[in-house]
Amino acid sequence: MLPAADLTEPLAERVRAAHAASTPLAIVGGGSKSWLGRPVQGGVLDLSGHRGIVSYEPTELVLSARTGTPLAEIEAILAERGQCLAFEPPHYGVSATLGGTVACNLSGPARPYAGACRDFILGVRLINGRGEVLRFGGEVMKNVAGYDLSRLMAGAQGTLGVLLEVSLKVLPRPPAELTLALELEAATAVARFNAWAGQPLPITAACHDGERAYVRLSGAESAVRAARQRLGGEVIEAGATFWQSVRELTHGFFQTPGVLWRLSLPPAAPVAAKPHQFIDWGGAQRWVLSDSELWDQATGMGGHATRYRGGSRDRVFQPLSPVLLALHRRLKAAFDPKGILNPGRLYPEL
Amino acid sequence: MNPTTPHPRRAELIQGLLEWLPADAVLYEPEDLRPYECDGLSAYRQMPMVVVLPKTVEEVQVVMRLAHRFKVPVVARGAGTGLSGGALPQADGLLLSLARLKSILAIDPVARTARVQPGVRNLAISEAARPYGLYYAPDPSSQIACTIGGNVAENSGGVHCLKYGLTVHNVLKLEVVTVEGERLSLGADALDAPGYDLLALLNGSEGLLAVVVEVTVRLLPLPERAQVLLAAFDDVAKAGAAVGAILAAGIIPAGLEMMDNLAIRAAEAFVQAGYPVDAAAILLVELDGTNAEVSEQVMQVRERLIASGAREVRTARDEAERQLFWKGRKAAFPAVGRISPDYYCMDGTIPRRRLPEVLSRIAALSQEYGLPVANVFHAGDGNLHPLILYDANRPGELERTEELGRRILESCIEVGGTITGEHGVGVEKLAGMCVQFGALELAQFHAVKAAFDPAGLLNPGKAVPTLHRCAEFGAMHVHDGQLKFPELPRF
Repeated sequence: MLPAADLTEPLAERVRAAHAASTPLAIVGGGSKSWLGRPVQGGVLDLSGHRGIVSYEPTELVLSARTGTPLAEIEAILAERGQCLAFEPPHYGVSATLGGTVACNLSGPARPYAGACRDFILGVRLINGRGEVLRFGGEVMKNVAGYDLSRLMAGAQGTLGVLLEVSLKVLPRPPAELTLALELEAATAVARFNAWAGQPLPITAACHDGERAYVRLSGAESAVRAARQRLGGEVIEAGATFWQSVRELTHGFFQTPGVLWRLSLPPAAPVAAKPHQFIDWGGAQRWVLSDSELWDQATGMGGHATRYRGGSRDRVFQPLSPVLLALHRRLKAAFDPKGILNPGRLYPEL
Repeated sequence: MNPTTPHPRRAELIQGLLEWLPADAVLYEPEDLRPYECDGLSAYRQMPMVVVLPKTVEEVQVVMRLAHRFKVPVVARGAGTGLSGGALPQADGLLLSLARLKSILAIDPVARTARVQPGVRNLAISEAARPYGLYYAPDPSSQIACTIGGNVAENSGGVHCLKYGLTVHNVLKLEVVTVEGERLSLGADALDAPGYDLLALLNGSEGLLAVVVEVTVRLLPLPERAQVLLAAFDDVAKAGAAVGAILAAGIIPAGLEMMDNLAIRAAEAFVQAGYPVDAAAILLVELDGTNAEVSEQVMQVRERLIASGAREVRTARDEAERQLFWKGRKAAFPAVGRISPDYYCMDGTIPRRRLPEVLSRIAALSQEYGLPVANVFHAGDGNLHPLILYDANRPGELERTEELGRRILESCIEVGGTITGEHGVGVEKLAGMCVQFGALELAQFHAVKAAFDPAGLLNPGKAVPTLHRCAEFGAMHVHDGQLKFPELPRF
């Protein structure tokens, strides 16, 4: 484990210099998600040395850490106190950092039940495109002073600011957990997932891998036991390993070569018999291997697509409407007037 | 900020509005404007130039286009229950009431969503969802009256937000009308949307970025069972420690509320909830979930409360008693209103472990100003509502109350908290914003505002103070012995 270090000043100085010279910067943490977006040309701004847990108070349910802190280190410290990041972030590599996770707004199988990464953000420190060090939000659960610029950073992929520190709400790990496998076809499984989500059941993950459905139950011992009786199916021994393979996209489904598309859809959107797909998030996130572009298909179903892995990296994210894109450009300029922070990472215009 | 001379193009604007909207949707006679002169913070009053009451999204777009063309400020308003003056009108401005956009457009029991117009009351959503076994979780105390549009503007909380989140966590999609009158969709019927998270940004933006004309909220299954425990303590510090002990045990209660002695006595006198009137503090702990889970957790919480020094722990015997325990808490504000001619509600949030010192600080300030303070506390999430008791008819007492309030909020900032947990900044807490944020953060807020509303027509003068305004306040506010914005000129 590398020692904790606060590199705020040198990092801010680099951004100020880049602002003065109008030279672009490519922000890098652990480099585990460099493929998850459009390529960025620019001088490397390395955040990996800016690390360390700044504060952690289990009874306050809050942890604050510098963004270069490895995600694994944060999860280990939480686990020691029986707590966790309830949004179950994918790592996509051992070098994954807190900053990259928040910048990409990555959430795992628990997302529809526990919330997304952005839902757990309480506050951030960041450097804007002028090299100014700013703090928004804080370490308290409720805070409506000023615009919520902390959550805005989630998913902005560094195009609005260089994240320095993030405060997150953390939660207790459930005392009991088990995974059920059910012999259901995909369309039936999605219908069940939606029906179950409308009932008071302790479900914290639900997916269909193309063959079978899997449901995770977490919570008080008694609640998990009662739900297990109700839902039927067969208990999987290696439940934790299974969900990790779903979260990290290492499950057998993802081993097939090809361009991996992520469709984010209304949870009850119809399930097409073809193509072969992996359905997660209780129906709301669908992974498809496809050589053709799925932008229109996704919008036609009330959602959007991401060309997640492989294929052309020129267009990765669903195009925005002209009005929305114009607003995005003005917002980008409000944080980064010279367009030096991760330019083009999300869209060529940002 | 509010010129008393009417807008030079007032007549033209009214005429333009009447071309597009029915006559009963455009109010401009003083007697018609009077009901709109203030919101829930009645200490601030201002008559608007004109009030419009559109019935459709298209009419809202027309109003915005006209206001934009005439460069007239627009203040959006729901039910007017806000507590920070966020819907205070502008003398030269248009008050845009969304009250007539009050239809529940669709409830989707399968996807568990409700699509509603902004003027729909918070509680009406849960009532409409109930036949499907669903409800809308955020429940501000004003939920029988407040509207969902206002909830989005303020990012409202409620007594259940530690477990179920704030408005921002429970809204999936917004339809908004921009200052230019364009309609825009933010968020999605899916769980996320491409691009920046403008949905999160709009929540809590106090009507400064766009006008919300439709809201899609997430619905949750009604819990199988809810149970509440009432614990009495001789010492508020012990009650605070009990909260930490429950959370450290891995239990997230659905509601976790604290009241101090003055609040207990006021509530008991008002609704006879059976509260122990000699206790220094009581905690209400609500647990919800499956039947088995609730039984298990009631035992665990009871043990933790006793181990933390509760002198008495009661579990509601039936649903009627559960409702009664909550009735006292929910009636705390009006109860205080009965024992004092006026009261002023504060809304700071603090890290919970700092509660004892903040309460002693408030007690000391209460003594210093000679004004009683009752404390009601969303203990789970650290949101403190000190209620300052005063009499506006006594000369100077309102001013002393406001000063006491400001000093309480500064104490919240000093321990790492915030000046507002759920009521918003509005006009009321502009001075506090200058203490909580530095000049660079405030400038960033203004830049974000300008990206949506370059001419500054949407709810001007609210939520984010100008640096000039902070300089004026700065003369009064000395924080940690240092002046904020030392670089700015003083007056």
